[in-house]
Amino acid sequence: MKRMMLLGDEAIAQGALDAGLSGAYAYPGTPSTEITEYVQRSPEAKARGVYAQWSANEKTAMETALGMSYAGKRAIACMKHVGLNVAADGFINSAITGANGGLIVVAADDPSMHSSQNEQDSRFYGKFAMVPTIEPGNQQEAYDAMHYGFDLSEKYGTPVLVRITTRLAHSRSAVTTREPRMQNDLRLPENKRQFVLLPAIARKNYQSLLGKQEAFEKESSESAFNRLIDGPDRSTGIVAAGLAFNYLMEIFPDGCPHPVLKVGQYPLPRVLVKRLFDACPRIIVLEEGAPFVEEMLRGVLDGYKDIHGRMDGLLPRAGELNPNIVGQALGKEIRRGESITDVVVSRPPELCKGCPHIDTFEALNEALRGYEEGRVFSDIGCYTLGALPPFNAINSCVDMGASITMAIGAAEAGLVPSIAVIGDSTFTHSGITGLLDAVNAAVPITVVILDNDTTAMTGGQPSPGSGKLTDICLGVGVPSEHIIVIEPLKKNHAANVEVMKREIQHPGVSVIIPRRECIQTAADSRKEAKKS
Amino acid sequence: MKRDIILAGVGGQGILTIATVIGYAAVERGLFLKQSEVHGMSQRGGEVQSHLRISDTEVFSDLVPEGGADLIIGVEPMESLRYYSYLKPGEGWLITNKKPFVNIPNYPDFETLWNRISSLPRAILIDGDTIAREHANARAVNIVVLGAASDHVGLPVEDLRNAIRVIFARKGDAVVEANLRAFDAGRAFAGSWGKVPATA
Repeated sequence: MKRMMLLGDEAIAQGALDAGLSGAYAYPGTPSTEITEYVQRSPEAKARGVYAQWSANEKTAMETALGMSYAGKRAIACMKHVGLNVAADGFINSAITGANGGLIVVAADDPSMHSSQNEQDSRFYGKFAMVPTIEPGNQQEAYDAMHYGFDLSEKYGTPVLVRITTRLAHSRSAVTTREPRMQNDLRLPENKRQFVLLPAIARKNYQSLLGKQEAFEKESSESAFNRLIDGPDRSTGIVAAGLAFNYLMEIFPDGCPHPVLKVGQYPLPRVLVKRLFDACPRIIVLEEGAPFVEEMLRGVLDGYKDIHGRMDGLLPRAGELNPNIVGQALGKEIRRGESITDVVVSRPPELCKGCPHIDTFEALNEALRGYEEGRVFSDIGCYTLGALPPFNAINSCVDMGASITMAIGAAEAGLVPSIAVIGDSTFTHSGITGLLDAVNAAVPITVVILDNDTTAMTGGQPSPGSGKLTDICLGVGVPSEHIIVIEPLKKNHAANVEVMKREIQHPGVSVIIPRRECIQTAADSRKEAKKS
Repeated sequence: MKRDIILAGVGGQGILTIATVIGYAAVERGLFLKQSEVHGMSQRGGEVQSHLRISDTEVFSDLVPEGGADLIIGVEPMESLRYYSYLKPGEGWLITNKKPFVNIPNYPDFETLWNRISSLPRAILIDGDTIAREHANARAVNIVVLGAASDHVGLPVEDLRNAIRVIFARKGDAVVEANLRAFDAGRAFAGSWGKVPATA
């Protein structure tokens, strides 16, 4: 037993390690990145031979974790909420195959969209897949959830979803650890057809999953993550899920006067909900993210019970909670300080000074001068900041890989030239298949792969396609004379503009690879070199 | 004992180091602590903040309630004002570095900004960059500002000095000594703040 100061993400990693983890699989994504980075840095993980290489994307991470579970060992797949969209095929079907060794999928949601394109709530995925879902409310619970989650996973042969949000992922607090457990031995599933989801087998497996639902709910009602806390003022009962419970405790430092159902595990334990409903005529639902619990409690017909939350405007429908929002909802007087606005302006994120993307955008903007604006489809990464002034260089950012595929669709609709701008790591994550589509359709698009040799936005993780991009494009079928590597530097500006102009006019698929190392990782490796 | 502190700056200015020093000292005292950090997109030259909460009773929320902070420590003057509404009305202190970090075209007029800060009822505006260069090195600005704020952190000053020794230990004795000098120079400046008439 040790006391450690850990971020929520790190508590998950340490918890998994202490619970006998054999492999952590992930693609970086804020706010989930630090889970895998912690395992990668951990000396004990190294000593125990725990695998923690980055995967090419969340789907490959999910499936690799499932493979390790198949072989009887404990594995986690970690991703940000939108990463679970990418991994959804494997995730949903892993509920049908079931798990062998303990399997936990960690999804880190980003309400208020600090670093994301939406604020989807991963609890829906847990319900969709019909698997137990744990929502830790603090760092200690995040640690404990891994021990409990692996045990639950192996007890029922099911994957378990752990859902966290930004504030927990990136907040540090003390965690008491347990004695580490040994890793599982290699042990194949008893039924060698369990993972063969042919319809006849899948139907049987699905019946088995349906049959476990009652037990999952019973586990929820008995779980330490869910508890009913009585209070003297029963005029209102409160359901507080995940982090919302902390805000509730914050505004009632001497204890909440109302009965509270603290929720941290799903399926929602109906027996506890019923006890709260029986005791209190009025219910307030506090939850981080979507009104997931609230919608269930209201039901289709709504109105049979006096329920308040995000759906009736007692709390805002969007965005993350905080102590003041919760306080206001409970009628507490809020003492805000004075806001100073006359000498404060916003400071949006920007490309770093010396970033290679700056030179690429300047060349691209010039090469496209003369064409009407609105033809550059882009993707997820630092270069998305090219949408902001002074560049105003890109016209879309939707999901990983969508630049190339959207460019194809737009070109086929008649938008020629049509340009895709995608980073090296995003390209290997989800861009290669789109490029294959483009080659097969012989569509006139120009794909610009910004190769800074790293996954920069999330902190400079290695890029899975490092050194392989040209070969990948060749292999997909782009003719070698239309794969052009340029060096994005000021001194090459005129030459780079010429290359772009020429390839933009090419009536087929062409790929331009502006290649120069990210200045952040370059600075880091100089520092490393200096040290050694 | 309970202190809620907001740390404000721009990505790369070392506000997390300030949080680490205070956090280490707090944990050594056996206090409860929660410290939320900003990672990801906003680190690219954008505004960053950290909420640091220390208390002798359990801390629940990872976020400081708006209107609940005892102290704002800023490594950049405009950024320190961005979170002014988080200060406890009539009680909270704002202590910030003076040098603007200008990476936007519409950064406010420096003099107006500085005057706004100096005219606040409980604020210290410190030229951390000059003091850091004179007493330590240019990189120690964050620790100068921490020194200036040290009387408001709620922890014994020697605990903070010791935390600096531990946190910087792996960088060698020279770096430890430089940061201790930076810390003490910041403290000395705060000690003289307000005792000299503004017109002097």
